[in-house]
Amino acid sequence: MNLRIRRDENGNPKKSPFSVQMDLSKFNSAMFEKATDEEKSQQDVMSESTTFFKDGMRKLFKNPLAVGSIIVLSLILLIIIFAPLFVPYRYEEILSVNGVRDKGAKNLAPFTYSKLEQQYIEAGGTRFPHIFGTDEQCRDYFIRVIYGTRVSLVVGFFASIIVLIIGMLYGSISGYLGGKVDLVMMRIVDIIYSLPDMLIIILLSVVLQTILQFTPGSFLDSLGTNMISLFIVFGLLYWVGMARLIRGQILSIKQNEYILAAKSIGAPTGRIITRHILPNCLSVIIISTALQIPSAIFTESYLSFVGLGVQAPMPSLGSLANSARGGLQSNSYKLLFPALMICLIVLSFNLLGDGLRDAFDPKLRK
Amino acid sequence: MLKYVVKRILLAIVTILIICLITFFVMHAVPGGPFNREKALSQATIDALNARYGLDKPLFTQFINYMKNLLHGDFGVSLKNGREISSIIAESFPISARLGLTAMLFALTFGIVLGSTAAIMRNKLPDRIIVFFSTLFTAVPSFVLATLLLLVFSIKLGWVPVWSANETHYLLPVMALAAYPMAYTTRLAKTSMLDALGQDYIRTAKSKGVARWKVIFKHALKNSLIPVITYAGPQIAYIITGSMVVETVFTVGGIGTKFVSGINNRDYTLIMATTIFLATLMVIATLICDLLYKLVDPRIKYE
Repeated sequence: MNLRIRRDENGNPKKSPFSVQMDLSKFNSAMFEKATDEEKSQQDVMSESTTFFKDGMRKLFKNPLAVGSIIVLSLILLIIIFAPLFVPYRYEEILSVNGVRDKGAKNLAPFTYSKLEQQYIEAGGTRFPHIFGTDEQCRDYFIRVIYGTRVSLVVGFFASIIVLIIGMLYGSISGYLGGKVDLVMMRIVDIIYSLPDMLIIILLSVVLQTILQFTPGSFLDSLGTNMISLFIVFGLLYWVGMARLIRGQILSIKQNEYILAAKSIGAPTGRIITRHILPNCLSVIIISTALQIPSAIFTESYLSFVGLGVQAPMPSLGSLANSARGGLQSNSYKLLFPALMICLIVLSFNLLGDGLRDAFDPKLRK
Repeated sequence: MLKYVVKRILLAIVTILIICLITFFVMHAVPGGPFNREKALSQATIDALNARYGLDKPLFTQFINYMKNLLHGDFGVSLKNGREISSIIAESFPISARLGLTAMLFALTFGIVLGSTAAIMRNKLPDRIIVFFSTLFTAVPSFVLATLLLLVFSIKLGWVPVWSANETHYLLPVMALAAYPMAYTTRLAKTSMLDALGQDYIRTAKSKGVARWKVIFKHALKNSLIPVITYAGPQIAYIITGSMVVETVFTVGGIGTKFVSGINNRDYTLIMATTIFLATLMVIATLICDLLYKLVDPRIKYE
């Protein structure tokens, strides 16, 4: 563009008579006053520059509920990792004293001993206390609750990871390719989304339990068919929510100017995805994974309660609560411990997820 | 609008068909046939039985036959006790429907009232209490709550008798079933009420001098209800699955109890029939909710 600037007789640019711009020719340097140091310091940037992640974490740690739930979850984690090292019982072990099966150790109340154990202690032996008592098959209840928590947490965690991986792959392919591919892929998601998930889960669990056969002694066999079928079912059905979310994110991020800018200066597709699109999806991914864990734990405990959960000697919080219904009248505390554990874990994860959402993506708040 | 309705109905039909397909083929994958006995039958007898019940035909033909029977209301017979499944459903479903509908009504009314109260009294004591309990109840699984209610009110205190064949007490099961959806509705109603209260038309109404209660009931509440209606669909799904455990805990003779006992007895035809029945119910309920939602707020676009 060729601009011709009109100039006045002194060579200064000529001002339009309607312009509100100050006419600098009327001023000279003596009319100006230098800024004091105090005034200058007001212009300084007060806070250090932070990254997105640091800023989010700072906000998260200001939220008392989120901090509280982090503490509770860490405590639970510490207990379930280290308690089995100190408690001399195993979760499937039927109690015995000096190699003799202790038949009196049935349904003991917390911190009590059976007759046989009493005699053993009086004779000078030491016996680790039954912190939560024992169950109807003479097994230490504390260690069963600990293992039940382990199983429930592991199921929740891995189910969320499976959902995350499948959902992320599917959603990002669908969102990035767009067009007809996206249309077809999203119709499939629509249909899976409208299936009543819990009913299909129950149906599949019933069948998978009877069909799945693993070679004895292998890793898969040690997990048990119920656990595997639980994961399969999660992988088949629960990823659709995640896929929808990520597709939506990618679609909206793709529209941004900085993506256009990156494309126009010739950034390769791989760089655009890894540098520009994924980091912007990250907060949504983290938040929804954090909220996925409690819902997976809920589902697992529900299935265990219906009788489709983990295999028999292995406990999970749901199956423990279910078996506690038998002797409800006399040993109500046996329901209380696993129930309390489920509530604590789910509540903490919910609050942590809410805190993460507020800290990293306040727009998501509904 | 018409295009949306047709599209939505088509999706619902496809979904129901897929559910039937999955259920049929999944149940077919289970090893063992209906004529497996402890004492093995001779091959000739099995062939004759298969021919008699059409089990020698190709799988797809069997599926078509099954669908035909379903459309005639014939769900087959239970593997365990040989009863007609349609009669089992007919006798147990009304109990469940009554329980579920009461729970839904309970959850919706109390959820909306509590949520709106919390929004209006924001950051005051009632708001704090409501938020505390609604957060707590979203973390309690229904079976835990059901068992605790049973333990405290029926067994320890003896205020409410235990459910039996000739005595029906809906109070405790309804409470157990309604707790989670109620907590969720409360949270939803609170945020949407806060949202509505911040709108320009509320300020206009206030500045015109409209009475406070009139502003709340006529302007804010009406508009805040829309997101709550959307939740009615998932709520029905939750109540149907939740009723399985709640009914089992309280030994209510509803369809949920039948379903769970079917699972425990490996009664495949019963599982199959109840799954299809309940799934169809859920899909239709969601369909109606979606259409209603669109009717209430035509601004909403179908994606």
